[in-house]
Amino acid sequence: MAQMNLLQAINNALDIAMAENDSTLCFGEDVGHFGGVFRATSGLQEKYGKARCFNTPLVEQGIIGFANGLAAQGSRPVAEIQFADYIFPAFDQIVNESAKFRYRSGNEFNVGQLTIRTPYGGGIAGGLYHSQSPEAYFAHTPGLKLVVPRNPYQAKGLLLASIRDDNPVVFFEPKRLYRASVGEVPEEDYQLPLGKAEVMQQGSDITLLAWGAQLEIVEKAAELAANDGISCEIIDLRTILPWDVETVANSVLKTGRLVISQEAPLTAGFASEIAATVQSECFLHLESPIARVCGMDTPYPLALEKEYVADHLKIYEAIKQSVNY
Amino acid sequence: MNTEIYKESPVVHQPAFIDGHSVEIPILKILQQDGSVYDGAELPEIDQDHAVKIYKALAFHRVLDERMVAAQRQGRISFYMAALGEEAASVGGAAGLKPQDMIMAQYREQGALIYRGFSLEDFMNQMFSNEKDLGKGRQMPIHYGSNELNYMTISSPLGTQIPQASGYAYGQKLQGKDAVTICYFGEGAASEGDFHAGLNMAAVHQAPVIFFCRNNGYAISTPSDEQYVGNGIASRGVGYGIKTIRIDGNDILAVVKAVQFAREYALKENKPMIIEAMSYRLGAHSTSDDPSGYRTREEEAKWQAHDPILRMKNWMLAQSWWDEEQETALFESLREQVLAAVKVAEKIDKPPVEDLVTDVYDQVPAHLQAQLDSLKTHIKKYPDSYPFTAGRIK
Ligand SMILES: Cc1ncc(C[n+]2csc(CCOP(=O)(O)OP(=O)(O)O)c2C)c(N)n1
Repeated sequence: MAQMNLLQAINNALDIAMAENDSTLCFGEDVGHFGGVFRATSGLQEKYGKARCFNTPLVEQGIIGFANGLAAQGSRPVAEIQFADYIFPAFDQIVNESAKFRYRSGNEFNVGQLTIRTPYGGGIAGGLYHSQSPEAYFAHTPGLKLVVPRNPYQAKGLLLASIRDDNPVVFFEPKRLYRASVGEVPEEDYQLPLGKAEVMQQGSDITLLAWGAQLEIVEKAAELAANDGISCEIIDLRTILPWDVETVANSVLKTGRLVISQEAPLTAGFASEIAATVQSECFLHLESPIARVCGMDTPYPLALEKEYVADHLKIYEAIKQSVNY
Repeated sequence: MNTEIYKESPVVHQPAFIDGHSVEIPILKILQQDGSVYDGAELPEIDQDHAVKIYKALAFHRVLDERMVAAQRQGRISFYMAALGEEAASVGGAAGLKPQDMIMAQYREQGALIYRGFSLEDFMNQMFSNEKDLGKGRQMPIHYGSNELNYMTISSPLGTQIPQASGYAYGQKLQGKDAVTICYFGEGAASEGDFHAGLNMAAVHQAPVIFFCRNNGYAISTPSDEQYVGNGIASRGVGYGIKTIRIDGNDILAVVKAVQFAREYALKENKPMIIEAMSYRLGAHSTSDDPSGYRTREEEAKWQAHDPILRMKNWMLAQSWWDEEQETALFESLREQVLAAVKVAEKIDKPPVEDLVTDVYDQVPAHLQAQLDSLKTHIKKYPDSYPFTAGRIK
């Protein structure tokens, strides 16, 4: 095992994927020689050449359209969108093309080999255009898989699974944790399953559910609750689509309570979808209303970020309210 | 269908191809680095007062950049973007316009805002995202905007202002305004779909918009030869049927000349124009970037010799419109002013918590009011965790 930060884990996964398959390509803005603005693709151009790891012109719709073409042709593109905030110029190519290629052609063609990597989320003093968590827009689109790792170990295993998966995958990387999150990561090849949540901590009083960078905050809240004698079960959803209803529902059947936390705004976020499903799966076992602790229904601010975000104190309050309902 | 257009093509009976590189685009240069004017070059409309005003804006820009990059390194602001070496493009652009003309910028054009008279305090308040920031502390540093000065607030997603500028200018035309719109963007942003959409809309609908491309050789780490193939961005203008000029972007007289012409042309003909200003981004892309990872010191040094501010100074000296004493006094006083302004701005309060929910809509809707109310209750419970706002909640 090696100590790696989240970026190194991603770089390592890309390296393994490119080594195993000559048709795997990495490209995007500044991805080539420079290694990407966050350095996730460092060294890959030197190792695999300019034909397989390269800078693109500054055009997100072009990047994903090009990647769709490559994937349809049989290559395995791993396209980077520099910030998830800038995935919207490519929205048409993703939701109307990547997501529907297989369905509309009766499986004559597909772009299942496509993976889109993009740094998402706040906490870096980025203001409204460098902090968004846009997963819910894509979750509304059948045909895509959406994956969000929470730490280096997860990032490597989930990214390798995403690249090898035969569906287009949007892989959201928590940029706040890129260098901050360091952990043990096996140097060899391994995969973590898509569509499977992970129970990170067993507990009996309440289930806490989140994905990506938000789990760090959920864990902090759970510690506060533990001091009050509340036992929290913590689940990392890992894959937003298709999501692991069974693991979540089983946990809620056991604890009778659920708090979901997401970075994105409350309204029509993926937390809302989960709440609706768990409500119908676990109705008679619920001891309190399912709570959502989310960003506010405003753009992501700069100066008042601390007030805006779903921080550990807001989650802690929601836990207490739920337990004392 | 208008079949007239086909008549212009000479008919051939063997395949005759046009090479993508074959469009030849001359580059306008008026001023030499030593301050002398090229033989036969025609100056823009400019007198001593105007020249001094332009020069002071350039100097302010240089000092602001130098001090704010340092302030970022000291951790006083989170981020900064300098325009070192390409100040002439933005300052000269504004200098060639009238105050009523709209400026829609990318982010490296604070020179135009300086020229328009945005105060040092306004710059600082934005960068420190305090409660006096016109943008209410919501955007990252350098995302300025001022309705009063006709400078549209910057948006980070690249290229989005380009089709908007076409629409804005079209509106100006319909309302018979004596005003045009200038739209700045980098050669990187010119790859975006919005660029092509914006040019085509303006050309077809005859909007009085000046597209101003700052071609500074890099988009973050990506050099222009990995950005596009063909003869720069200007050749795209030709393709869209738009009047096009390429200029030396480090030559402020060429910039002013081209923009003065473009303004007149856009107003009189109700047509767009595109200016491609050739320059070089001497500094880092932003304070988060390290250019040593993708280019050499020699390359940078070569461009240092083309410093646009020094070039204008040399011209001013040669005209006897400026002297070394004025030069020293100006830079000293600017440095003092900027340092003092930093100290003031960083002590001003953050915006009040109510600013979180305003301006999302014209009025605060009920659901946002409810979210704000519950946030306030929460903050009162944990005042130590929200130090900027807790003490000020009523
Ligand atoms: C749609 C979009 N994609 C990516 C980015 C990230 N980004 C910010 S600046 C930049 C480079 C822009 O280069 P250029 O337009 O040439 O302007 P310059 O910085 O050289 O002045 C990139 C890729 C962005 N802001 N918006």
